[in-house]
Amino acid sequence: MKRSKIALIVGTAIFFAFMLPCAAVSGMPLLKTSFIPQWVPQAQFAGYYLALEKGIYRKHGIDLTIIPGGPANPPSDLLEKGGADFATLWLSTGIQLRARGVRVVNIAQMVRRSALMLIAKKSGGILRPRDVNGKKVGLWGPLFQIQPQAFFEKYDLDVTVVPQSFSVNLFLRDGVDVASAMWYNEYHTILNCGLDPEELTTFFFHEHGLNFPEDGIYVLEDTFLKNPELCRAFVAASIEGWFYAFEHPDETIAMVMRNLEEAHIPATAVHQKWMLERMKDLMLSDSTEDRSVGMLLPDEYHRVAMGLKSGGLIDTVPSFTSFYRGCFE
Amino acid sequence: MMKHRGIAFKLIVLVMASVSVIFLAIFGYNYFYSRSLIVKHVEENAKNLARATVNRIDEVLLSIEQIPRNAACYLEITPHSASELEVLLGSLVSNNSEICGAAIAFEPYAFDVNTQRHAPYFYKDKSGGLLFADLGTDQYGYFFQDWYQIPKELEEPVWSEPYYDEGGGNIVMSTYSVPFFKREGNRRHLAGIITADISLSWLRSIVSSIRIGETGYGFVITRNGTFVAHPDSTLIMNETLFSLAEAHSDANLRKTGRDMIHGKSGFVPFRSTMTEKMCWMVYAPLKSSGWSIGVLFPQDELMADITRMNRTVILIGVVGFFFLFTVVILIAGTITKPLRLLAATARSIATGDLDIDVPTVATGDEVGELAHSFDHMKNSLKQYINDLTETTAAKERIESELKIAHDIQMGILPKVFPPFPDMPEFDLHALIEPAREVGGDLYDFFFLDDEHLCFHVGDVSGKGVPASLFMAITRTLIKTKAEKGITPEEILERVNRDLSIDNPSLLFVTLFLGILNIRTGELRYCNGGHNPPYLVRADGNAATLAMSGGMALGVMEDFVYQSKTVTLSEGDTIVVYTDGVTEAMNEKMDLFSDSRLEEAIMSLRSVPVQGLIEGILEKVKEFCHDVEQTDDITMLVIRFNG
Repeated sequence: MKRSKIALIVGTAIFFAFMLPCAAVSGMPLLKTSFIPQWVPQAQFAGYYLALEKGIYRKHGIDLTIIPGGPANPPSDLLEKGGADFATLWLSTGIQLRARGVRVVNIAQMVRRSALMLIAKKSGGILRPRDVNGKKVGLWGPLFQIQPQAFFEKYDLDVTVVPQSFSVNLFLRDGVDVASAMWYNEYHTILNCGLDPEELTTFFFHEHGLNFPEDGIYVLEDTFLKNPELCRAFVAASIEGWFYAFEHPDETIAMVMRNLEEAHIPATAVHQKWMLERMKDLMLSDSTEDRSVGMLLPDEYHRVAMGLKSGGLIDTVPSFTSFYRGCFE
Repeated sequence: MMKHRGIAFKLIVLVMASVSVIFLAIFGYNYFYSRSLIVKHVEENAKNLARATVNRIDEVLLSIEQIPRNAACYLEITPHSASELEVLLGSLVSNNSEICGAAIAFEPYAFDVNTQRHAPYFYKDKSGGLLFADLGTDQYGYFFQDWYQIPKELEEPVWSEPYYDEGGGNIVMSTYSVPFFKREGNRRHLAGIITADISLSWLRSIVSSIRIGETGYGFVITRNGTFVAHPDSTLIMNETLFSLAEAHSDANLRKTGRDMIHGKSGFVPFRSTMTEKMCWMVYAPLKSSGWSIGVLFPQDELMADITRMNRTVILIGVVGFFFLFTVVILIAGTITKPLRLLAATARSIATGDLDIDVPTVATGDEVGELAHSFDHMKNSLKQYINDLTETTAAKERIESELKIAHDIQMGILPKVFPPFPDMPEFDLHALIEPAREVGGDLYDFFFLDDEHLCFHVGDVSGKGVPASLFMAITRTLIKTKAEKGITPEEILERVNRDLSIDNPSLLFVTLFLGILNIRTGELRYCNGGHNPPYLVRADGNAATLAMSGGMALGVMEDFVYQSKTVTLSEGDTIVVYTDGVTEAMNEKMDLFSDSRLEEAIMSLRSVPVQGLIEGILEKVKEFCHDVEQTDDITMLVIRFNG
């Protein structure tokens, strides 16, 4: 009696385990869709590429094409013009688009912690925020300046802003005292140019009350309204891909290196490994709060939006509810 | 370990151990000394090579630096029109073969107050033709390019990090940027940057021409540690020394890299990330660009000669070791084999086999000598034993004869006690306890007639056969002379006379002779130099008999003896003894002495005569304990019963 009951439970479990994905695959036709990450296929986007390679999107009923991102392909343009159904964007970019009238919605805030940071050399006498006063600070374009400007305001700093290119050479040659950097990218590049972490002072914006969530998944509002199931499936598959990536770093790095090589982008495995590890830190950092990967909090939204507004980058703040349509379980 | 091993084993172990230690010491010294010599030599060569290569590269870079520097001076002195600038730039590129491109880029509105960007650029195409480009486009945005921004911020000339030429395939280029200034009164401010691009392919060919042995090579890294020249082309423009260090988890590599980008020079052990071999690396900075060149010298190849030599030395050492081992075994064998044979022979000899042949050792060394001595010893021993056997046989014969003589001597003394059982008038007991050597004590007693008992005790001087014979003669003479009615002094005189005649050995005999009338108890006695006997009266008084003053017999032929007379009462006892009793010695060399004898007699006076004598003897023996008896002990006791 007892044994047959257990057998029944096990059998049912096995049945569902096999049938559910099968239903997704065989029950309905695969939905063709496309996705563009905001930059080249580096480890910053490993989860999406891995989900594609491991058939996770197919499992969720999606026949996905990834359009390589990069300087020549701004994802916001493609999204706006219908060249891609899904795109990753920084939250600030998303808000800016929406404020500009492009009806994009955030369906998952993947990177909830800001990786943007300022770096200075201790040898330049910079140990605390106030030491930055009167220094030359390299900053990237307008979207990357909101947090630094707020930082300067917060600590009442008067600095000389020097436009910073994509290389860190200006900082390395002491052309600027402080440089902008992404934790998962330029910071490691600087370490691999021979500077030791002990020689550097770092200011992470999220440690100074200026956390701006970064990479999120965006679709046009129309797409979301017409096919919310697809959006949900895409987010679920993407998150699954990311977790697979974090659990299989070696396999992931190998894939990333292969993709970069195919794209003729010079890359080193150690750098991609660093990037993947930092992405894990950034995506899974706030696990203590009752939040899961993909969630965007109104507070954070408003912090970024108000920053953009006060920086003159947007005129009106789009409503949070129209902007954020979280598509995850 | 060595304690119970053979000489051969000890010899082998000690010799081989010593030789091994010596060999290892020599080998080690040789190895380390030659190694240090080579390292020194390599270091010198390496430094020279690095210096030469640095000079070759710097020569090119420094000469190129001069061109935009001169042009910058020229630009600062005089104002120029756009066309003049283009002529200047064009000739700068076309007249300098190393320069593949040059630009003059102005600060915003510095060239023309109406134009934000002005940056003419001339460059060579693949075939060497001169082409023009305007860098002052919105798209390019030269203000924020490293080649412009860094010298601008630093206000000094800078070599850019190398980069891939956008259009020209895989040519790695670097740009030398010189800022030029405009003076307004005492102030000067930046007017723009003049640049010269050079292809680094020549640098790569210089570096790739460095070949050290099979696997040694050179490389160049920039101030960021980025590889510009390296045999592994996948590293170039891609990896830095620090990313390699991270990939290999090699902290040492990172440290060396930091020294290199900080413009230091050095000579360090270094594991090649390409060949995984241990190398020595010399590194030195370029004066011009601050880049660093490293040259790797594979240790195994440079050490090949010394390794080969060491291998030979070890081979010789091993072969020599085994050769020496064999030789030592042989030597040890030749030494110990005869010793072993000698030992076996010695054991046989020890069991008495003196006829065994001592092995002949013809080596002439100490062992041979030992064998010879051993043989000699054996022969001597054999001879000695033969002699000893003979001597012993002779001695035994003599001893047995002496024994017979002794037995005969003792045999002539009366031995049956009581001698006169049917005579109640007196009890008589005598005893002689002969010493090991034949002595000359005597006693005797016999009746001269029915009433007169003659008895005597004597002691011949000396020992052995002569004494024994003298004693026999004395006794016989006494027996012969003692006839009925004779007095003791007459017997002594006659015997003395006979003994003194023909006494070549000058022997003499002390003698006490008494004649007792068994009816009356009258005792007539004469003493010839003998110990005075004791008279123990029945009432317990004891005293020696008064001396008659005679001398020992056999000394003076005509000596006249006198006798004395004493009358014995019932129970009186006469104890006659020889000096064997009183002069018996214990281990402390104390004599038994007269007093002890007297004491013994007194304590035993009431026991029967036989018991008296045996009691005295017992006390003497008790006194002497284990000390061997040196003289005959003789006693004679007569108790008169009335």
